[in-house]
Amino acid sequence: MAIIGRTGATPPDLTRVRPYGDTLDDGAVQLSFTLPVPFGDEAREAARLMAIGMGLTEPSIYHAADLGEGYSFFIVYARTAVTVDFTKVVVPKVEGRRMTKTEIDTFIAEQVGRKLVLLGACTGTDAHTVGIDAIMNLKGISGEKGLESYHEIEAHNLGSQVSNEALIEAAYRYNADALLVSQIVTQKDIHKTNLTELIELLEAEGLRDKLVVVAGGPRIGHELALELGYDAGFGPGTLAPDVAGFVAQQVVARGLATRGLLRGGKAV
Amino acid sequence: MSAASKLFLDEAKVARARASASNIADSLTGFVRARTTVAVERTLLRLLGVDGIEEQGIPLPNVVVDQVARAGRLDRGVMLPFCSAMAALGLEPQQVAEAAARGELDLGTWEIHNEAEARALGERIGADAVARVGRTATERRERMARLGPPNETMLYVIVATGNIFEDAVQGKAAAVQGADVIAVIRSTGQSLLDFVPYGETTEGFGGTYATQANFRVMRTALDEVGERINRYVLLTNYCSGLCMPEIAAMGALERLDMMLNDALYGILFRDINPERTLIDQYFSRMINAHAGVIINTGEDNYLTTDDAIEATHTVLASQLINEQLAFRSGLAPWQLGLGHAFEMDPAARDGFLMELAQAQLVREVFPDHKLKYMPPTRYMTGNVFKGYVQDAMFNLVTAWTKQGIQLLGMHTEAMHTPHMHDRHMAIESARYILNNAASIGDEVEFRRDGLVVRRAHETVEQTIGLLEEVESMGLFEALAAGRFADVKRRRDGGRGRAGVVVRAADYFNPIEAGLRAALQLDANEASHGNHR
Repeated sequence: MAIIGRTGATPPDLTRVRPYGDTLDDGAVQLSFTLPVPFGDEAREAARLMAIGMGLTEPSIYHAADLGEGYSFFIVYARTAVTVDFTKVVVPKVEGRRMTKTEIDTFIAEQVGRKLVLLGACTGTDAHTVGIDAIMNLKGISGEKGLESYHEIEAHNLGSQVSNEALIEAAYRYNADALLVSQIVTQKDIHKTNLTELIELLEAEGLRDKLVVVAGGPRIGHELALELGYDAGFGPGTLAPDVAGFVAQQVVARGLATRGLLRGGKAV
Repeated sequence: MSAASKLFLDEAKVARARASASNIADSLTGFVRARTTVAVERTLLRLLGVDGIEEQGIPLPNVVVDQVARAGRLDRGVMLPFCSAMAALGLEPQQVAEAAARGELDLGTWEIHNEAEARALGERIGADAVARVGRTATERRERMARLGPPNETMLYVIVATGNIFEDAVQGKAAAVQGADVIAVIRSTGQSLLDFVPYGETTEGFGGTYATQANFRVMRTALDEVGERINRYVLLTNYCSGLCMPEIAAMGALERLDMMLNDALYGILFRDINPERTLIDQYFSRMINAHAGVIINTGEDNYLTTDDAIEATHTVLASQLINEQLAFRSGLAPWQLGLGHAFEMDPAARDGFLMELAQAQLVREVFPDHKLKYMPPTRYMTGNVFKGYVQDAMFNLVTAWTKQGIQLLGMHTEAMHTPHMHDRHMAIESARYILNNAASIGDEVEFRRDGLVVRRAHETVEQTIGLLEEVESMGLFEALAAGRFADVKRRRDGGRGRAGVVVRAADYFNPIEAGLRAALQLDANEASHGNHR
């Protein structure tokens, strides 16, 4: 049997995994937080009780600071007795094989037989294009060129603050195969509202099944994206081939290679 | 410069770059001065004291300017019909605007029978408005003299809760912790609104709406805390987007001290129409100049879309253009917080030295300017521990090169708007490093043939090349060709172009004339080539 978890010392009980500080199962955790109470002994005790209330044991308030205006800051170390059964952990993953840029171009040329059209946008009021730029623009990120550099992909980065309606208009105009939606601002869950609205509009237009639709951003996970009706979600560290490979494989698997987007029964 | 230059810069080369930037700025002056915009005209009304909204929430300055614009009469300026109505009806500015909002008065069809009287009244109330803007500068000077100035390197932090009352508490706490400048980040998307929201607001996304009432809430809070800590605390907001000059006016009325004020930023990163925003900027910067506001420019952002190691020279070139544009609106060097940033890939070998070269270069090219130095954002990750070190490296460059405005990095950048203690930790780190390495720049010299000096010289060469290219092709064409930030913007594209109006020969704008006189712009116009 393959060894999972640490090696070279007593193996952990994978059905009862606990945080590791410097001894197996010591349950050591570090946390920091601010309380809206004036700095002093009472604040420090409140922080200790807060940790205990979280179910932690042996809390040590290693650092406390007065933030002014009746706020106090704490750095706390403590232990937890909570355990996780690692053998029962299940995480949905983006399906498909991971391919390189060259493999993707070849795959599209052979399996689709025409260029794939991918549209990217930061939707709603979101003005942060750093994520979508890293995926789409020629330059890419971390040495991995963006989708614009792919021979078999026609990539259009629509930029920031694109309304969902405008994105759908563009989907018709370019006869898109896939929409890549980037959401960076997540305050008050604005990203969920934006992402949900796009899916609803796509469904109303009868387009949802004809397109591969994916979401990305620092707070977007695959699971959340699936929940919101997307085909995949791409979080931090995603590179262009992750997205391109997924889209290409989806287009083929779903038989979307030979279709055009129709509006009112007419090709547009 | 050369004698004192730690980078052994060739003074003649820097002068050549600056002359090129000066020509670029001059080439815009004629175009800009021949036009006005709906935002400029609304600004005049705000400076006359028009405020408030009508039943449906439309701001009164919009109501009035829209009436005149719809009638196609904005080419003579809103103040002509407006002052005519004031004189004929014996009303105050606010009363005229309210009558227009109630539908009792249409400034678009208003017949000007009393033009001489209207112009005389306009001159008078326009002069009062200009004086009001000037009093803001005086009041700030007095307060700073009494309370004590900010630190030499001003520590700048942001608040962005969406709720102005939360912002006020967080701003006060940051000031107590040692921050000199508090910026209220705007709600995402406000730059694209062609009106300024009204009243105190408690909801926003990624920030808080810039409204005059919100400005007042923050100003009161920071004045209050300033009295307690015996230090004047500066307030910052965003004088950019489609309402750029209106926000300048609101800031002048509510004593904001610093304003993000950069048309190039709006063009490149918010897709605002280039013509519209350059015209808006020309006037907004006059207001900022007279109100004693320090403007911040957004070149740092170029390095979030373009590569910081390859595109360093685009930042310097743009700063030189922005400097010249600012001079033409009457801003002084001390009012120029030219933006640059610590955005190179932390994995780059000797990246720290390249950052140092860039920061020292900008410092030497702009010796009397404030300089706004921005922290790492592009390569910040969820690894807060590494992020804290990246910010420390950035702080060390600041200590070394004596930047004027230090926008503090947050180790939680790329995660969320700063938490209460994020700011505290950032201030603590900056104070530690700025003090602990206070004289490093005076003590340590660069090798004449070393990496830092060579890098700075290369950047100057590339900057001259880019500026001369922009000079020959024209700024609008350079923007369309993607010369800055790797973003392409056409002069007829983007948002807000419909709001541009060519001025008639008898265009009336006594406030602009008053500002030009107060800032001695006409006297200076001939001598811009000598500016530095």
